[in-house]
Amino acid sequence: MEILQMIIVIAVLLLLVKPVGTYLFHIFSNEPNRTDRVFGKIENVFYKIIGLKNRSSMGWKKYVFSMIITNIVLVAVSYIILRLMGGLPGNPNKIGNMEATLSFNTVISFMTNTNLQHYSGESGMSYFGQMAVITMMMFTSAASGLVVAIAFIRGITRRGEGLGNFFEDFIKAHVRLYLPIAVLVTLVLVGLQVPQTLSPTAVVHSLSGVEQQIPMGPIASLESIKHLGTNGGGFFGVNSAHPFENPRPITNVIEILSMWTISAALPYTFGLFARNKKQGWIIFTAMMTLFIAFLCLTYFSEKAGNPVINQLGMDSSIGSMEGKEVRFGVAQSALFTTVTTAATTGSVDNMHDTLTPLGGLAPLAEMMLNVVFGGKGVGFVNMMMYAILGVFICGLMVGRTPEFLGRKIEGREMKLIAIAILAHPFIILVPTAISFMTHLGTDALTNPTYHGLSQSLYEYTSSAANNGSGFEGLADNTTFWNVSTGLVMLFGRYISIIALMGVAGSLASKKLVPETIGTFRTDNKLFAGILIGTVLLIGALTFLPVIVLGPVAEFLTLK
Amino acid sequence: MKTSVVSNEQSNGSIWAVALRSSLLLIVVCGIVYPLVSTGLAQLIFPSQANGSMVKDSSGNVVGSELIGQSFKDPSFFQGRVSSIDNDAAGSGSNNYAPSNPELLKRVQESVAQWKKENPEVPFSQVPVDLITNSGSGLDPHISPASALAQVSRISALRTISQDQLKALVTKYTEGRDLGVFGEERVNVLKLNLALTELSK
Repeated sequence: MEILQMIIVIAVLLLLVKPVGTYLFHIFSNEPNRTDRVFGKIENVFYKIIGLKNRSSMGWKKYVFSMIITNIVLVAVSYIILRLMGGLPGNPNKIGNMEATLSFNTVISFMTNTNLQHYSGESGMSYFGQMAVITMMMFTSAASGLVVAIAFIRGITRRGEGLGNFFEDFIKAHVRLYLPIAVLVTLVLVGLQVPQTLSPTAVVHSLSGVEQQIPMGPIASLESIKHLGTNGGGFFGVNSAHPFENPRPITNVIEILSMWTISAALPYTFGLFARNKKQGWIIFTAMMTLFIAFLCLTYFSEKAGNPVINQLGMDSSIGSMEGKEVRFGVAQSALFTTVTTAATTGSVDNMHDTLTPLGGLAPLAEMMLNVVFGGKGVGFVNMMMYAILGVFICGLMVGRTPEFLGRKIEGREMKLIAIAILAHPFIILVPTAISFMTHLGTDALTNPTYHGLSQSLYEYTSSAANNGSGFEGLADNTTFWNVSTGLVMLFGRYISIIALMGVAGSLASKKLVPETIGTFRTDNKLFAGILIGTVLLIGALTFLPVIVLGPVAEFLTLK
Repeated sequence: MKTSVVSNEQSNGSIWAVALRSSLLLIVVCGIVYPLVSTGLAQLIFPSQANGSMVKDSSGNVVGSELIGQSFKDPSFFQGRVSSIDNDAAGSGSNNYAPSNPELLKRVQESVAQWKKENPEVPFSQVPVDLITNSGSGLDPHISPASALAQVSRISALRTISQDQLKALVTKYTEGRDLGVFGEERVNVLKLNLALTELSK
């Protein structure tokens, strides 16, 4: 039954990929279609309000510039709100202003779609803050990432017409995708008992006669976009493990599919743009293969349990339950963990710090690779980066100029890709090393020896991959951690976006090379294998040593 | 590299203006209108669920939320999972002990000793592991059916209710997997204890 329920969720996802991928294509192909009738009028009003008179296509630099400027404005306004929220309306629980470095960390975290949280929602965020900053940024950061991925796809599949208009794409992503689906998912979640209210914390006398405070708030509306936008920041400190955020197994399934579907549909959308659906499915297959391998690792490790506890002699057949909820058990927890780190969401329905060593290795490795589906934007685009790298390596081996989708891959693209590939391990490993050189870093570790290394490593990996989950024992609300992870999140998001949009801009301006019998095909099973091989090879070369020092050493010494 | 040869480009000045106006628009639409409309619809369609699924005892007093676990130290009640925050819902969380952390073993051994003292007649090999491990949220409202059944003999002795009656009660309050397949079978400890107090009257 446990394995069956995971297979059913994956099967439902497979059924959703084609319709959702097609819908995404209709939204962003900018050709007239049926959805215009419903949404066209709303969009025209929005274009008027924002003063967008000219919807012409932009070059890659202008596109990225527009995105970054918009992000800067959102960050500035949000920072001001967090610093002043104590005195603003919508604060029935009388929560104070947020401290400066924590506000810095929080706005960067939500703007970069990371949602690393060094505050706890129930005690550190007013309802107005939860809505106007957190919920709002969950929409805008997801839309920012998604439209970058779309612009990248346009760049590598179309010629010479620019990458699209950022503001038009940005508004469309909200109006046609995130807002309508978010309202729908919100209502379904409320029906399944996720609270949605503006009343303050309830105080009750419990059955055993003590006073119990029960915080509530506008939870469902945050919960839906948190997953649809692969954001992951919880209303409460324990995120989707909290019974109000995720009250039943079926809400767990809905949250999993919400965060997974759009990411998983992007390769199909790419196939439609490239007029080669098979190419899209090959990318999808490579992602799904890696995903299933990681899911098996987590599930079977958690099911086997923690040997330290098993040897005490009680009935531990249900697996490791430390840090897990009874309603989810091992299967729903393992599936959620693997999806949330694949789709770079970062919400958790169990505590990752308490996972068995190899069970915790899987989410860590998925974030290090950062290509298994991936969240809005960077995930899919990163996989394309490895695809181009794979083509390049094969080209070198057979001694001909590498081509991808009919375009020659040359020095300029490879330099940009090298920057993006090297930046990721650099901003993970260097800060981790620094955190061990100062007591500012080591003081935060709450678990001894090897697992302590994993805690710091996980925090920076999660920041760099814009995931946002954590080995949450880490006492990370200090100036050192707020600032260092804030910077890692910034670099993790924007360096790769700029480099890869540069690649897209460069490829868009190239002449098409006619396909011949000697062309290296990228839409067959062989290429799926090459792609997986490239990802694993690069990943192992960069991260294996530190993985051995952390989770593997913990696994080998755990008796 | 000349990629930006697209006609009628917006000037950088107007990009700033459009960026500012779209940010303000989206703060209003996504940050204020969307959550408020959602709240309105939720309160209209699902008033009980939207307000925390509160439960009342037989005399109509609200005693908590069926979704939020409570602390039952009294051995004559069914007990829930270990909670490092003592089910204080004002916060949420767990110890976050790694499997290799010696503190984890220490805490588990304390729970085991306590269990053995209160339930001397139950074979230890039949005690499910969810009873002595900390839940993720610290507020887990459920235990596994086996964990409830393991407590029957203790409660039966303390309350002088027959074991069969208690077992029937546990079975009645056992919730199946969602749609018959998702998640795990579970028992809501608060609801079970409410029924237990009724039975004892």
